[in-house]
Amino acid sequence: MSTTAPVAAGSVVDPTITGRLGDSPARPDGVAKVQGSFAFSGDLSADGFLWGATLRSPHPYARVVSIDLSAAWKINGVEAIITAADVPGKPTYGLISQDQPVFAAEYVRFVGEPVAAVAANHPDTCRRALEAIVVTYEVLEPLTDPERSVDGSFPPIHPDGNVFRHQRIVRGDTSVTGEVVVEGDYEIGMQDQAFLGLEAALAIPDPGGAGVELYVATQWLHEDRHQIAACLGLEDEQVRLTLGGVGGAFGAREDISLQVHTCLLALRTGRPVRIAYSREESFLGHVHRHPARIWMRHHATVDGKIVKIEARFVMDGGAYASTSSAVLINAVTHTQGPYKCDNAVVDGWAVRTNNLPCGAMRGFGVVQACFAHEGQMDRLAAACGLDPVEIRLRNAMETGDRLITGQVIENVAPVARCILETAALPLPDEPVGGHDGDPMRLPGGAGLTADRSHIRRGIGWGVAIKNLMYSEGFDDYSTARCVLRDGVASLKFATSEVGQGFVTIAGQIARSVLGVDDVVLEPIDTTIGSAGSTSASRQTWMSGGAVDGACRLVREQLFAHVGSQHGIDPLRLAIDGRDVIDTMGDLRVPVAEASAGVTFEETFEHHHRPTEDLDEDGQGNCHTAFAFVAHRAVVDVDPELGLVKVIQIATAQDIGRALNPLSVLGQIEGGIAQGVGLAVMEEIIQTDGRVRNANFTDYLLPTMLDMPDVLVSLIEEPDPMAPLGAKGVGEPPCISSTPAVVAAIRDAIGKDLTRTPVRPSDIVF
Amino acid sequence: MSVTVAHTLDDALASLAATPTATVLAGGTDLMVELNGGHRRTDAVVSVNRVRELRSWRHDPAAATLHIGAAVTYAELAAEPLASFAPALAQAARTVGSPQIRNAATIGGNVGTASPAGDGLPVLSALDAVVHLASLAGRRDVAFAEFATGPKRTVLQPGELITGITIPVLSGYQGYAKVGVRNAMVIATASACLAVDVPGRSVRLALGSVGPVILRAPEAEALAVAAADFEAGAIDADAVEAFGAAAGRAARPIDDHRSSAAYRRRAIEVLARRLLVRAFPGTPGGE
Ligand SMILES: Cc1cc2nc3c(=O)[nH]c(=O)nc-3n(C[C@H](O)[C@H](O)[C@H](O)COP(=O)(O)OP(=O)(O)OC[C@H]3O[C@@H](n4cnc5c(N)ncnc54)[C@H](O)[C@@H]3O)c2cc1C
Repeated sequence: MSTTAPVAAGSVVDPTITGRLGDSPARPDGVAKVQGSFAFSGDLSADGFLWGATLRSPHPYARVVSIDLSAAWKINGVEAIITAADVPGKPTYGLISQDQPVFAAEYVRFVGEPVAAVAANHPDTCRRALEAIVVTYEVLEPLTDPERSVDGSFPPIHPDGNVFRHQRIVRGDTSVTGEVVVEGDYEIGMQDQAFLGLEAALAIPDPGGAGVELYVATQWLHEDRHQIAACLGLEDEQVRLTLGGVGGAFGAREDISLQVHTCLLALRTGRPVRIAYSREESFLGHVHRHPARIWMRHHATVDGKIVKIEARFVMDGGAYASTSSAVLINAVTHTQGPYKCDNAVVDGWAVRTNNLPCGAMRGFGVVQACFAHEGQMDRLAAACGLDPVEIRLRNAMETGDRLITGQVIENVAPVARCILETAALPLPDEPVGGHDGDPMRLPGGAGLTADRSHIRRGIGWGVAIKNLMYSEGFDDYSTARCVLRDGVASLKFATSEVGQGFVTIAGQIARSVLGVDDVVLEPIDTTIGSAGSTSASRQTWMSGGAVDGACRLVREQLFAHVGSQHGIDPLRLAIDGRDVIDTMGDLRVPVAEASAGVTFEETFEHHHRPTEDLDEDGQGNCHTAFAFVAHRAVVDVDPELGLVKVIQIATAQDIGRALNPLSVLGQIEGGIAQGVGLAVMEEIIQTDGRVRNANFTDYLLPTMLDMPDVLVSLIEEPDPMAPLGAKGVGEPPCISSTPAVVAAIRDAIGKDLTRTPVRPSDIVF
Repeated sequence: MSVTVAHTLDDALASLAATPTATVLAGGTDLMVELNGGHRRTDAVVSVNRVRELRSWRHDPAAATLHIGAAVTYAELAAEPLASFAPALAQAARTVGSPQIRNAATIGGNVGTASPAGDGLPVLSALDAVVHLASLAGRRDVAFAEFATGPKRTVLQPGELITGITIPVLSGYQGYAKVGVRNAMVIATASACLAVDVPGRSVRLALGSVGPVILRAPEAEALAVAAADFEAGAIDADAVEAFGAAAGRAARPIDDHRSSAAYRRRAIEVLARRLLVRAFPGTPGGE
């Protein structure tokens, strides 16, 4: 059987792309994506493949009494039906603790939990087969209020209990009180990553079932492989993964969704199997941003200096653990925001409920913390009679300050500069309600709901600190191989390109280090060591560091080769443009010539410095590095209808160094779109554990017409800890943009808003 | 699945008569969503958006009416020359979906779907449109108010086609306003159409997304007629307030995942007031 599975993006050299670090060369996948020829994993196919589909629980909590497959088996064209009984290896999986069943066995714990899967000759056959499977449930009362998980008043809905993690932070003198005290309760709704390329995979079994090859859109090939192999009862090496074209991720592809099901069906049938989720299924099939309730009390001096923070976090992790415990740690350790604070008492809970499972999403717990601490900073400003900028400047953190975990911030920490540079960006010259009556500039837009006289303007601030990379003792690394021959560099890594542009950066690094123009990117798969996850703003730092390291080792070989040919100490050699030059003489040899007919090859693993676990008082150097950002939002609000138009967002972001300024801008604008979405419209609504809006008709995302103008100031203070001086830039844009927008709405209407997204009714009533 | 692409009205009616269970397909912007989502199934489709009779429109100056074929698209309604004949319909058309949707979606499909959130429908209600139906058995006209019997339920019989609608070309302000949580490409959480007939001394107000079908607000309408100075185009502030309150009373909104009944009612009050002020911008007793 021949297969026609496409290889991953960017595996061919594009001679027109030549940029080096600091340039903004075109993306190798850019033209294909714009023209619609890019192969996303939803486009995968192989000769003779079968379609797979998943049967899901209709109940938030129920006991599975029986599953009757007999009617489904009678349907012509059905090739396989599998349930929990057919999982040959570990019955459960999970990133941190393996508590999530491949298929529900005894209990279903959320609406949408997989119960069975089928493979058949046509999607309609799959649908009919799923309809023909008879599952008898004993419906149980669901646990939907996370407070009941905290207080222990609901019997455990899982053998591991209803609390994923409780973490306390106690720092300094907890008896201190402030002359000024402000407190508030904040609520953050459940946001969806809403990537456009739906979950899709193609599994191709090895002859005899000795192994399986999986093409899949994912964030972390090796972690997927490890979890898949365990569930299949295979060795890691028997499972080979290749990255399918990824249409966005934002955290939702960090967990297993359809991977194990697809492989199992392929192994069972001995034929390639393809599963592709619909949008509705995607909402049920991946983890989301944790909804959270946060209480904070800030104590300060009369002149606004924070002296103590008390806080309580409750984060609803839904039915299974995913990364809830790590999300919680990120949230509680960022309680203070980018501000100095010596004393703190924080209690945080991540709990299990029968709601949709939650896990990683861009910002990873810090989005929730930031919404609360920025609300508090505005309250503090009001209580002290200071303006929002002044209160933040007075408390701004600097390098050498400590977090409430005791960890010293060793990174560049230009918090005050972020705030001041944001403040220096011009406010919109557009009058309230827009220029010359263009209705699309008014809240309500095309709906023609308002006239200029109805509109009020507000300005709000948000400032954030975000940890970069993984935390709590995880030995995080990335691997890259570089081969130089005939003036062409080939790079191999398993770094998931999810749209963030790593494939562009990788080429820029190789060109800069080796003085070449042509860079070949080899397929992104598991035939090399792990690159870690494309998450936590980490790939430019980690995989960038690995590519840089591999290229530097190759350059040493090249210099040694040239040195020995010309009798020159290799230490005197350097790359200048496309040439190797002698820094102390006249020698100048083009790299292409120096590497003609010779192959230099090196593989490099980049590890970041070690981190520690937190102790029971939440003390410890648990994070790797930090980045900072400020946002100022300008909004126009129609107070009578509660409609909002975000007019402008100004931002200054601490990025270390812009390796590709256009990519940085893309991350900033995209992150702001996601932050605006969480501020004014994006929320998964569940009642009694049932999702009410698992579609893009009712789960609203900002469109181009909802995007504000974005003004950007890049703060480039290269970080000595970062391999290329560059900090991760992916997450900060979506963290403090949300509180900035909400603060601007508060400013416009003079009303306290403590919940995001802000709904029209929150403004009106 | 059998698909018949009709090019004439007779073709379409014959196909429908031959397969009375067939589903009519116009722009497909509602139907395809339902089919793809598995909410509806069909074995036979009769496509009507190439039927010349349904693609055309006709202005009758003598009767002061506009006949719009069922397969006329929102993009056409939003542009001249149609926009001047039916300004509120043009405004409603501009709020529908995105440019791609407006290029495909038809007024007949909007009427056929009969969603209380259909943006064209409050306009047809306010203008007392007549819906023209045809089948091989014959033709009939139904008042718009009689056409929808509930959410997505209509008097349309199997084998019957909507051929078009007729609306009066009125002299006076008309406008449509729609509240949604996004600034475009959004389902209405509440909407309203106000149409004034100056010579006829009438004010019509129709409400969308706040009941099982499009609702009229007769109490509010009467109030406005009594209070308005049609010549000066003016109305006093108290009457505007009362008009909004009466409009709110006419609404029969529900709580659902899109919004609350309370918010919808409030939105109707606000929209009604703002539309009335747009219709009568002058100050009463002023110059
Ligand atoms: C992304 C998107 C955004 C949208 N936004 C809006 C919006 O903002 N406002 C809004 O009102 N709607 C919106 N809609 C819904 C839809 O576009 C409208 O209801 C549109 O008017 C439907 O017209 P159509 O020609 O596409 O109908 P179709 O989908 O072809 O048909 C709709 C229904 O009417 C029946 N039908 C169609 N024509 C006839 C006929 N001549 N005789 C008898 N029955 C007929 C069909 O059988 C079907 O039941 C949106 C849809 C999408 C997909």
